[in-house]
Amino acid sequence: MNPVVKLDRVTVRYGRQQALRDVTASFPSGAVGLLGPNGAGKSTMLRSLLGFIVPEQGEMRVLDRDVKHSALAIRSRIGYMPESDAHIPGMNAVSFVAYCGSLSGLPHADAMQRAHEVLYYVGLGEARYRNVETYSTGMKQRIKLAQALVHDPDLLFLDEPTNGMDPKGRDEMLELIRDIAHNKGLSLILSSHLLPDVEYTCDYVVVMDKGTVATEGPIATLKGQGGRVFELRVKGDAAAFVQVLHAEGLECHETEEDTMRVFVPGDGLANGDDARRLFHLASSHGMQVRHLRASVPTLEDVFARAVGEK
Amino acid sequence: MPIHDQGYRRYGGRREAHGRTWWVITRAGIIERLRERKFLGLLLVAWLPFLVRTVQLYIAANYQQTAQFLGPTPGLFREFLQQQGIFVFFITMYVGAGLIANDRRANALQIYLSKPLTRVDYVVGKLATLLIFLIAVTWVPGILLLLMQMMFAGNLTFLKANLFLFPAITAYAAVAVTMAAFSMLALSSLSKSRRFVAVMYAGLIFFTAAMYQALRGITSSRAWAVISPGDVLNVFADVIFRNQNTPPIPFPVALLVVALLLGGSVLVLERRVRGVEVVT
Repeated sequence: MNPVVKLDRVTVRYGRQQALRDVTASFPSGAVGLLGPNGAGKSTMLRSLLGFIVPEQGEMRVLDRDVKHSALAIRSRIGYMPESDAHIPGMNAVSFVAYCGSLSGLPHADAMQRAHEVLYYVGLGEARYRNVETYSTGMKQRIKLAQALVHDPDLLFLDEPTNGMDPKGRDEMLELIRDIAHNKGLSLILSSHLLPDVEYTCDYVVVMDKGTVATEGPIATLKGQGGRVFELRVKGDAAAFVQVLHAEGLECHETEEDTMRVFVPGDGLANGDDARRLFHLASSHGMQVRHLRASVPTLEDVFARAVGEK
Repeated sequence: MPIHDQGYRRYGGRREAHGRTWWVITRAGIIERLRERKFLGLLLVAWLPFLVRTVQLYIAANYQQTAQFLGPTPGLFREFLQQQGIFVFFITMYVGAGLIANDRRANALQIYLSKPLTRVDYVVGKLATLLIFLIAVTWVPGILLLLMQMMFAGNLTFLKANLFLFPAITAYAAVAVTMAAFSMLALSSLSKSRRFVAVMYAGLIFFTAAMYQALRGITSSRAWAVISPGDVLNVFADVIFRNQNTPPIPFPVALLVVALLLGGSVLVLERRVRGVEVVT
């Protein structure tokens, strides 16, 4: 199957700062997470794909069309939910969403009908006649999703869609995104720095770091990529021990409460052998092991490995 | 019930071809303004001079003894259009100040430009909103006034003798509203506050006029009219309505000033109307 988005050696520069460095990536259809810390270049990539920013070099294709030459045709099939608070001033929700539908080429009556439908879908049905400026942060996130959906795009770009939402609202938003991608037949690219959001909604991930693609692939494959993960807590000079683990070729990153997650590459050894190896390393360097448990690989491990490797 | 159960349907209906999106913007802008009573009041007031001139033409046509001082002349139409200048100013402030500034305040540009429309579509849509209201208080009453004169006089004598008035009214109105609309739209793209934009526009009109008068007084040269858009427009009026006054600056210079004003406005719009603002 053709990828919905393809970047080939794309470089974007803001003045002297390179926001994307020679990026080559493919986004298959379905739900794809664009993961990375703040400043990794995720939003820049989405904005470049929309034609807001012209890359210094490279080619980009969206839905089999060249962004440079077919920006309008592409945008008619794309829905974009921007990261920052954005709306058309002076309008109530239904007028705003219908207006966005009309801008996307829907006849006025159809745009109005779709506006009502999508506002119910995103959970704003009861508040649809309220001025958007009076909405809470969570409601503003939902209406941004509604305006991106109104013209029934084939591909959605969602830039940090759960920003500023309370836990309940966040869960509902993630549920919506998951539903869109898995039950409604739309493809989406979810840009986020929140690993659980991406892990819950997406099947494929592109991890970015410092303007480059650190890794990409199906989440299930990346999580199960040759190796095991252990939760480890030690007493002693943890920082020095991390250096020891690195020297032994073991990836390691710290989580909350002084617990570190150690990635043991390769599949030659059984769980017990890996554990014994960690015990041995600890004892030979005077460290006391307080907690050691085999763990399930998570997207966090994938992310830490990918970003750590850079 | 989880909210996603409310359903989402794919759309299988018709989609308009690209090219009409500017009209969607214009239409929304016009409807939004016409919903405001204050603005409707302003439009009504802007038509009062037309009523007064209509009565004047009626009296002149029906009472011969008044024809000498109330009778129609090309100057009457020029005066009428120049009097409408005050309404051009207020409508430009009212409608134009927030056209782009409000969108910038609400980050709406990235919403607009993520839809299948170009930056030109967006600017044309906003510009047309303002132009339509300005034309409604300049060209429309100007041409109607000419038709009223024909109707009250019951003959075409005046019109035949002054056939240039149709294109003259059209040309003057076109220059006046284009200058106002372009400069206001450019100013509107520079700020996120419509009030600040309104102040800048008022400054552009009044400060430059005051500067011209001051420099004229100091240097005894009328050539300083180049810095005042209002006085440049008067040069156009003199030429278009065939006035014999000696203009403060030659017509080609006035033409150049207008071209520079429009060119500068387009340049500002080109730089400011973008999906993302890149600060380096």
